Amino acid sequence: MIPISWYLIFSAALFCIGLYGVLSRKNSVAILMGVELMLNSASINLLAFWHYYSQIRQAPQMDSQVFVIVVFAVAAAETAVGLALIISAYRKRQSVVANDLSELKG
Amino acid sequence: MTSLQIIFLVVAALTLVSACLVVMTRRIMHAALWLVLSLMGVAMVYATLQSGFFAVVQVLVYIGAISTLIIFAVMMTRNVMEDVGPQSNRGWGLALVGSAVLFGGICGVLLTWNGMQTALIEIPAVNGENIQMLGLSLVDPMGFLIPFEVASVLLLAAMVAAIFLTGDIKRSRS
Amino acid sequence: MTFWSDPDGFLANWLIHLLAGIGIPAGIAQAIGYALGAAVLSTGALLFVLFLIWLERKMIGRVQDRLGPNRLGPWGIFQSIADMLKIFTKEYITPDGADKVPYNLSPILTVGAVIMVWAVVPLAITVYGVDLNVGLLYIIAVGSLGEMGILMAGWGSNNKYALLGAFRAAAQLISYEVPMVLSLLIPVMLSGSLNMNKIVQHQDIWYVLFAPLAAFIFFITSIAEVGRAPFDLTEAESELVAGFNIEYSGLKFGMFYVADFLHSFTISLLVSVVFLGGWRGPGAEASPLLGFVYLILKTSLVNFIIIIERASLPRFRIDQMMDFTWKVLTPVMLILLVATALLEKTMAMAGLVPWMRSGILFILNIVLLFVADTVVRGHLARRPRPDVRGKERPVARPENYFSQPGSGV
Repeated sequence: MIPISWYLIFSAALFCIGLYGVLSRKNSVAILMGVELMLNSASINLLAFWHYYSQIRQAPQMDSQVFVIVVFAVAAAETAVGLALIISAYRKRQSVVANDLSELKG
Repeated sequence: MTSLQIIFLVVAALTLVSACLVVMTRRIMHAALWLVLSLMGVAMVYATLQSGFFAVVQVLVYIGAISTLIIFAVMMTRNVMEDVGPQSNRGWGLALVGSAVLFGGICGVLLTWNGMQTALIEIPAVNGENIQMLGLSLVDPMGFLIPFEVASVLLLAAMVAAIFLTGDIKRSRS
Repeated sequence: MTFWSDPDGFLANWLIHLLAGIGIPAGIAQAIGYALGAAVLSTGALLFVLFLIWLERKMIGRVQDRLGPNRLGPWGIFQSIADMLKIFTKEYITPDGADKVPYNLSPILTVGAVIMVWAVVPLAITVYGVDLNVGLLYIIAVGSLGEMGILMAGWGSNNKYALLGAFRAAAQLISYEVPMVLSLLIPVMLSGSLNMNKIVQHQDIWYVLFAPLAAFIFFITSIAEVGRAPFDLTEAESELVAGFNIEYSGLKFGMFYVADFLHSFTISLLVSVVFLGGWRGPGAEASPLLGFVYLILKTSLVNFIIIIERASLPRFRIDQMMDFTWKVLTPVMLILLVATALLEKTMAMAGLVPWMRSGILFILNIVLLFVADTVVRGHLARRPRPDVRGKERPVARPENYFSQPGSGV
């Protein structure tokens, strides 16, 4: 009943909000939050297209659902490693501001 | 306007508003709590797509594990970033313009697609929301066995990496 | 359809006819019916907690050679109602600098997360809230909402002890979720479904006979999820004052209290639904009310064990608690899961009858329990005991800075 355009525009908006968060935030934990929003919008897109193609082809297609599962796994792995990096950088330098971690800057 | 459409609009508005607050609010802990609300909204959107399984997994993985981890990290590092003062860097205006342009671009591309106005009608479930088919295709060698195994290896590697990075007890002892 | 064969459907039909009589269409009437059902179920559960609190206090009193509550009504049965009225009249104190919204939202979230579990539990053959096909996963997911409530309480209170308590509680909940989910996978594997109704209907033989070790581990881990003795580190009075809920008063504290007792009853319900056959028993298919009585009897038995165990076991230390889940429960559960999967598949291919399958799996579980017990005991015996006798202890001496009057502490 819901047109697929609603889902696609909704997920595009969510993606852009997440992107803005990633680009503009100072705190690296907040940057990770933006990445979570972007990953979620990708999952919405995948599920919307799963629904669309299952409807068009008259049979459930499993590809996008498997993709969503992989996205979940990647999101969990990314958060675990990302937060571990942030915590260990915080221990060494007492800072979580992404701009402060710039020794490699030329 | 069917009731499903009204539910979708309300949930989508709630999700987008809380997502905006995630990226804009000053207090980082509030941002984490708004993130929980917005992930909850995404779970409800999944439920409207006939993917109840993914809605539940979303609550389990994103709210139960990822948000909890983020809140832990916020609490552990909150002394350094005091919540006063600007939380965004100098280029935030550029970031805003870039995101808006990207959104416009995506919408522009989407509108040229023919299938845009297709209404998503209910798919006849073969066996209870197709979970059984999903599970079988995940362990089928002709299906998605290898991506599934790769995802599990990735999770294992992430676990080892996280333990190695944060647990520095062994190294300090030696 | 009569009331005795299908009480749920009968009442729903009656309600829809009644509302149609005053001109309400069937769709809205059905929604009203669902809302009423949810309200009745959750209110009934919350009122039942009053009885549970009285029961627990009475039983723990008997264990400790006291009488327990005995003033109000016969055997003091109205004591909880008096307590409830007292808690209604208390003042709400919001601590200075509290984060208002999380602070006020967390009691609601904590109670809500417990009550939401009841939506998918089949109370009798036709009586259940929703026939959700991912019911078991839903229960675990809802548990993580309660965890969020605890974190919000700890954060919102603006109190170090509350925050420490919330950290501890969240760490405990996350750690014990791992073996809990693994132990729930065994009934899922045996019944081939995540649906609670199907799991109950598959239990011609109770799953506790297929997997006693899994049932035992589920029981232990769900006690840890509730945070009861011996896992009540979250509210260790001597270390953390009272855990994440110290800053709450009045009805807000009452909600945490009620959620605690209701949660312990809910896990008893889950143990009896998933492992003890749920509503099944002689004659339960024909009359749902009899099935409901069976379910309540089984649940009360499990709850009785929880209460007795709370009265008799000492509290774990924090490192012991973490060691127990990560080094004992999780490996045992992983081995049991793989072994059960292999054996069950082999036996199903060999065409064994269910009784023999359950017997073989029962033996496997007992052997595994014995092996794990031997290994852990051997490990504990080999580990050198820390010598604590010679160490100097911090004591309140007169020359100590902190014990001098006017030191400002």
